[in-house]
Amino acid sequence: MKQKLAVPVLLFALLAVVMTLVQFEVIDLYIQTIILFIGINIIISSSLNLVNGHMGEFSCGHAGFIAVGAYVSSVLSVALFAQDRIFGAPLLPPQYTVYAFPVILVIGGLAAAFAGLLVALPSFRTRGDYLAIITIAANYIIITVIINIDKIGGARGFMGMKRVVFAMEDTAAIPWMVLWVFLFTILSIIAIRRFVSSTYGKGIIAIQQDEVAAEIMSVNTNKMKLIAFMLSSGLAGIAGGLYAHVIGYVNPKSFDILKSTEALVMVYLGGMGSITGSILSAVLFTLLLELLRPLQIIKWIVIPLLLIILMQFRPEGIMGNRELVDIFPKLKKFYRFK
Amino acid sequence: MLQTFVQNILNALQWGSFYSLIALGYTLVYGVLLLINFAHGDVVMVGAYIAFFIASLLLGHYSFFPHALPGGVALVLTIILTMILTAAVGVSLERIAYRPLRRKGAHRLYVVITALMCGLILENGNLALLGASRKKFPEMVDKVVYNLGPISVTNLKIAVILAALLVFILLQFIVTRTKIGMAMRAISYDKFAVPLMGIPIDTVIVFTFILGSSMAGLAGILFALSYPILDPYMGLSIGWKAFIAAVVGGIGDIRGAFAGGFILGFVEIMVVAFFPSSYRDLFSFTILLLILTIRPTGLFGVPKTTKI
Repeated sequence: MKQKLAVPVLLFALLAVVMTLVQFEVIDLYIQTIILFIGINIIISSSLNLVNGHMGEFSCGHAGFIAVGAYVSSVLSVALFAQDRIFGAPLLPPQYTVYAFPVILVIGGLAAAFAGLLVALPSFRTRGDYLAIITIAANYIIITVIINIDKIGGARGFMGMKRVVFAMEDTAAIPWMVLWVFLFTILSIIAIRRFVSSTYGKGIIAIQQDEVAAEIMSVNTNKMKLIAFMLSSGLAGIAGGLYAHVIGYVNPKSFDILKSTEALVMVYLGGMGSITGSILSAVLFTLLLELLRPLQIIKWIVIPLLLIILMQFRPEGIMGNRELVDIFPKLKKFYRFK
Repeated sequence: MLQTFVQNILNALQWGSFYSLIALGYTLVYGVLLLINFAHGDVVMVGAYIAFFIASLLLGHYSFFPHALPGGVALVLTIILTMILTAAVGVSLERIAYRPLRRKGAHRLYVVITALMCGLILENGNLALLGASRKKFPEMVDKVVYNLGPISVTNLKIAVILAALLVFILLQFIVTRTKIGMAMRAISYDKFAVPLMGIPIDTVIVFTFILGSSMAGLAGILFALSYPILDPYMGLSIGWKAFIAAVVGGIGDIRGAFAGGFILGFVEIMVVAFFPSSYRDLFSFTILLLILTIRPTGLFGVPKTTKI
């Protein structure tokens, strides 16, 4: 009983506390945005960890899929619920926003999952560093396609998502974005955890260990790769949709190779193939970025330097490939990694 | 029509030469260490900045050294000094960041992440030290335009293409014909057996970094001479693209890097010649993706047999 309930109760309490604090404006908008970014970064790092950590490929174009999700869900939500220069009057009345928003996010995720095919299909034959290039190329291709579609703003970017968020808050005055970010973060972590620890999903760990041996042991490697890439990019797309609605503005430049580098850093900081590691590193990395903001440009010297030093002393990342329960076995009383 | 085409081929040869020079540096390091040295593009940028300061010094732009040398002498000195200093930058990266990790036996990808971080430090360190204002590279030699009928070629363009070709021949010679080249190939073949044969593995690796980084320095100077505006992020996109070129050719193979660089250069210039320039990345990367899908180990790469 304790094992079953501890984590849900804890999470529910966390959500309730954050929502109350935001609702009664105890914490200001800046801190609220940081909390939202932590959630989004958790989705980004744990979804990339599925491919880079659990499956052992080296994907460095994650930001491309985030961009697909961000754009598809932004365009949809603006077209449906906001007065816009290009898409005209809203197609649906604003009170439907609350119900439609999660659907829109999921559609963005699906679009990103199909963009993931761009990487997944070549991965059947291409391996290792050659696959890394395909992911970089996919990132460049996605960004250039977005830049060349003038209808969604091209290089100028796309905005109007704030109006959709306001429409939600007009329907019921609670901090909706906090709720959605929280829910989707939890959902994606559950999805990844269930997938990786299922008998079926162990196939991708087999691929990481030895692809040829896995194939001989009757793992359908192509199918596993397809699923892993699509799941990973789909979750990244959901993260992108959330990001777009938190910021209220998207620009193709903000999804370039630097964003992918950030995602990579979070994965390797936490440790390859450790879900709790990615969560921990996403939280730490986001906080670190904000704490060092006063340093301005020096920030981008200090952070890489810290990482290099960390790599020298702990080359396997914070958690290695272990989970939190492996380090603190007493936690097994409260939750089970299965 | 035909003359624009020939003119564009010449442009593509020049642009491809830059990619080739940088891709050669990637492929050398990769061929020996199986390390994607993501900091290489930024080493090119550092090379261009070093060249800028040396050139300004030798041309007498600073008050503490008012003896202006003639352009030709200054150019030769700048090239030599820049190559030496850039090689020092590359070797110190290896000594400070990569070697300790290699000693610890860290996973290959952690070294790659360290390389990425080194690149970020070089870029932003430059930005913090020198500020965001762009630098104008001084003109060192007079521009001469040769007219062959309707086609015109500058001396700089010829120099760039020749430099890439010479570097390729030199590296191909070193790697395939000399003793140290044999040691380099041996290390990539089996890193554990090589020290047992009495080959000083660290010396060979340092030599590899010297070669790769000095070529990056050369690429930096030539790039700065051709496009004389320097900014701290100039190495970023050209570095990533050169890496892609190296992989398309078959990473670890000198011929592959050379060919891949020119292929990427050709595709980019030809796309810009016939389509709006914002389609450049779309076309070039789609073509590269197709090449890699059809030939999964690049043009010159040989698929490895995997044993279980």
